[in-house]
Amino acid sequence: MLLPDPFETLSRLQQALDAFQQSDWLESSPSGTGPYPPLNVFRKGDDFVIVTELPGIKKSELDIQVKDNAIRIAGVKAVDYTEKASLHRRERTAGRFDRAVTIPVRVDADRVKAEYHDGILALYLPRAEQDKPRSIKIA
Amino acid sequence: MAKSQELSVQQKKELAHKEEKTVPARYYVPNTDVYETDEALTLVMEVPGVEKKDVSVQLENDVLRVEGRIDFSKYEGLEPVYAEYNVGHYARAFTLSDKIDQDGISAELADGVLTLTLKKAKAALPRRIAIR
Repeated sequence: MLLPDPFETLSRLQQALDAFQQSDWLESSPSGTGPYPPLNVFRKGDDFVIVTELPGIKKSELDIQVKDNAIRIAGVKAVDYTEKASLHRRERTAGRFDRAVTIPVRVDADRVKAEYHDGILALYLPRAEQDKPRSIKIA
Repeated sequence: MAKSQELSVQQKKELAHKEEKTVPARYYVPNTDVYETDEALTLVMEVPGVEKKDVSVQLENDVLRVEGRIDFSKYEGLEPVYAEYNVGHYARAFTLSDKIDQDGISAELADGVLTLTLKKAKAALPRRIAIR
């Protein structure tokens, strides 16, 4: 029996992610403002999953909206320090973000699920029933 | 810092290893803020996707090594369609001065943000000298 290589998933994923530098997916929608946060889009069967890294965001400050085939992710990333702190190094960014993208497939807005764990925001976008490809039987 | 600033996209900085790795995993440098108060030095690192069980903080020879590993099994069954960032482990090392009390290091992980509090050694705390 051929044992599956445990690093297969890992290296395939990283190579695939690297290869997708240019793509005509995810054009900006007019209701967004900037390119932050960077998104990764995955396909799971017929449905899509959007994953993005947003460390340190409070759920109450995160605003996710879905309309037709446009998804909007907006919020505020806050970085706070105690009063008498003296800052030696500052690499984390803070501020508002508002990104809206259009997905080239129709999504069922009622069944969209969003999860936020450990700084990773995952949006599960089930494809709309009308959009699924139907196989035609030959009579 | 103005809170209403627009956030810009930062590319992940890849860690250049001195020795080669045997595993195809990539390591990235997590963004870290370092600030100091009277009692402690605090490091705040952004490690999204890392769970508590996958964080390792080790202190050896005055070098503090922080490593956060990503659990790639969550991505199984997901086919990448479009990507704007790469996913990998995080690692960073800092050399501590002897002003830090090496037994007084505590760490907290919440929402992908790892906060390390390094208490200052008693000898380094500011002391007020009373004038008689």
